[in-house]
Amino acid sequence: MAFEIIESCVNCYACEPLCPNQAIYQAQPHFLIAAEKCTECIGDYMEAQCVSICPIEGAILDEVGVPLNPPGSLTGIPPEILAGLDRQGTAAVLP
Amino acid sequence: MELPVLNAAPPAAPSGGCTSHACGSTDDQMGHLPEHIRQKVYNHPCYSEQAHHYFARMHVAVAPACNIQCNYCNRKYDCANESRPGVVSEVMSPDQAVKKVMAVAATIPQMTVLGIAGPGDPLANPERTFETFRQLSEKAPDIKLCVSTNGLTLPDCVDELAKHNIDHVTITINCVDPDVGAKIYPWIFWKNRRIRGREAAEILIAQQQMGLEMLSERGILVKVNSVMIPGVNDAHLVEVSKIVKAKGAFLHNVMPLIAEAEHGTYYGVMGQRGPTHEELQQLQDQCAGDMNMMRHCRQCRADAVGLLGEDRGQEFTLDKIEAMEIDYAAAMVKRAEVHAQIEQELSLKQQARTAQAELAALQAQSPLAASARPVLMAVATKGGGVINEHFGHAAEFLIYEASGHGVRFIGHRKTTPYCEGGDTCGDGESALDQTLRVLKGCEVVLCSKIGYEPWQPLEAAGIAPNGEHAMEAIEEAVAAVYEEMRVAGKLDLPVAEQKVA
Repeated sequence: MAFEIIESCVNCYACEPLCPNQAIYQAQPHFLIAAEKCTECIGDYMEAQCVSICPIEGAILDEVGVPLNPPGSLTGIPPEILAGLDRQGTAAVLP
Repeated sequence: MELPVLNAAPPAAPSGGCTSHACGSTDDQMGHLPEHIRQKVYNHPCYSEQAHHYFARMHVAVAPACNIQCNYCNRKYDCANESRPGVVSEVMSPDQAVKKVMAVAATIPQMTVLGIAGPGDPLANPERTFETFRQLSEKAPDIKLCVSTNGLTLPDCVDELAKHNIDHVTITINCVDPDVGAKIYPWIFWKNRRIRGREAAEILIAQQQMGLEMLSERGILVKVNSVMIPGVNDAHLVEVSKIVKAKGAFLHNVMPLIAEAEHGTYYGVMGQRGPTHEELQQLQDQCAGDMNMMRHCRQCRADAVGLLGEDRGQEFTLDKIEAMEIDYAAAMVKRAEVHAQIEQELSLKQQARTAQAELAALQAQSPLAASARPVLMAVATKGGGVINEHFGHAAEFLIYEASGHGVRFIGHRKTTPYCEGGDTCGDGESALDQTLRVLKGCEVVLCSKIGYEPWQPLEAAGIAPNGEHAMEAIEEAVAAVYEEMRVAGKLDLPVAEQKVA
């Protein structure tokens, strides 16, 4: 039972201080979750903290690899339009 | 030392003939501020229209995290060539930022102000933001510190802000009505939950207003930024302006929405348009009845360096800073000399402006002059308050309005420099076409030089090119050209039909 941060993470640091288990750490090329420490915030918060502040749709996956903030859920941009944008390379370059 | 006066009060209405700064004209951005506030802002390029020609600012990008989402922001975006808030090239640690600030301050002695503005929300990164301020107030006490915020956590940070002697805070307030807010903010992160819709907007608005009141109580200067979003909050911003003024904000900065599909923002991809230059000016004039309006904002990047409108960030990348040896004690001496020179120059200019304003007031008493129609003129400048930029090199034009009541600054308009534009930019529009479109409404463009090629298209578009006032002070030159137009009888004619779409 653990979440996972994937390559669309923009390294904004927002999740890192919120984790009740200090499971999130800075790494290259993006932040990661130490699976052995992640409890998905069960017992600490009603909502998983990293998932609740992450601004990037699809950047955090649940234990079966499903995006916790699916396309369109944070920006309100319809997923079909988003897909087009990604092809145009609106990519993150934050270190 | 006598403080240089910042922005000459335009001569008052013809009947009054008052040129004093206490006469309450709202055109005068700084003139009617209390003396203690003017002391704080006279050399702040972001707050003083006059100062922005002379003093430089920088932002350090130490604050990547954000606690809200705005529909005009895309958190994925970064581009070295883009100039707008929320965009940076590299996020730095507080230690790196402090090193960068000291390197810039030593290299560009005109730099008076360090701001933390993102790329996220500075107060959503309190450790990184306050560590930067703490080190700087100790190591570089001659630099003014300021911060901008969306306001969500502001009430919790006010005491800490006061401790670091930060006397300027900018709050972005786009609405005071949660129904309007729900169209601007899809969510906020609040008390360990993501909250959406109207409820989110309600919390954000309450926090912003409380933060504004708390800062005012402590005597910390507050500027309010608002993004003008046509059809969403444009009509509403007049009310916002009234309320924030009543709560103690000293300056209101209404900025146009920047929304292009390629930025990947909600507004950009959904086709929400930004305001036209005319709509922006109209709203700013409407709000000006209630408070000091700021019109020279360049909506700069969260890592901008230099005078407003310029960005020298590439000279101060992390690897370049590492190689620089900074003797800050020596730099402070040099900086103090440069600041004193600028202040003296400003003071001399001010005396000239006051004399000119008195003359203009006298002229304006003639009913003929006062009734003459206003004329918009565009000016190409690199700073220093003079006309010193080639038409083809100008990436922006400052817009001035001349009328029987004097000369006033209206705003700036960006373009692609004609000489660098290549064949086309954007959707098949040439750089010259773009400039012609940007200059719509202007009847004259003043520059240090202008090539043969753009001359004819400009005239055909009803915009007279004018290179005769190179290196002259902008406002004097604008007044002189207006006088020439009056003598030539051009002011009796209606505005020439402009052919630019």
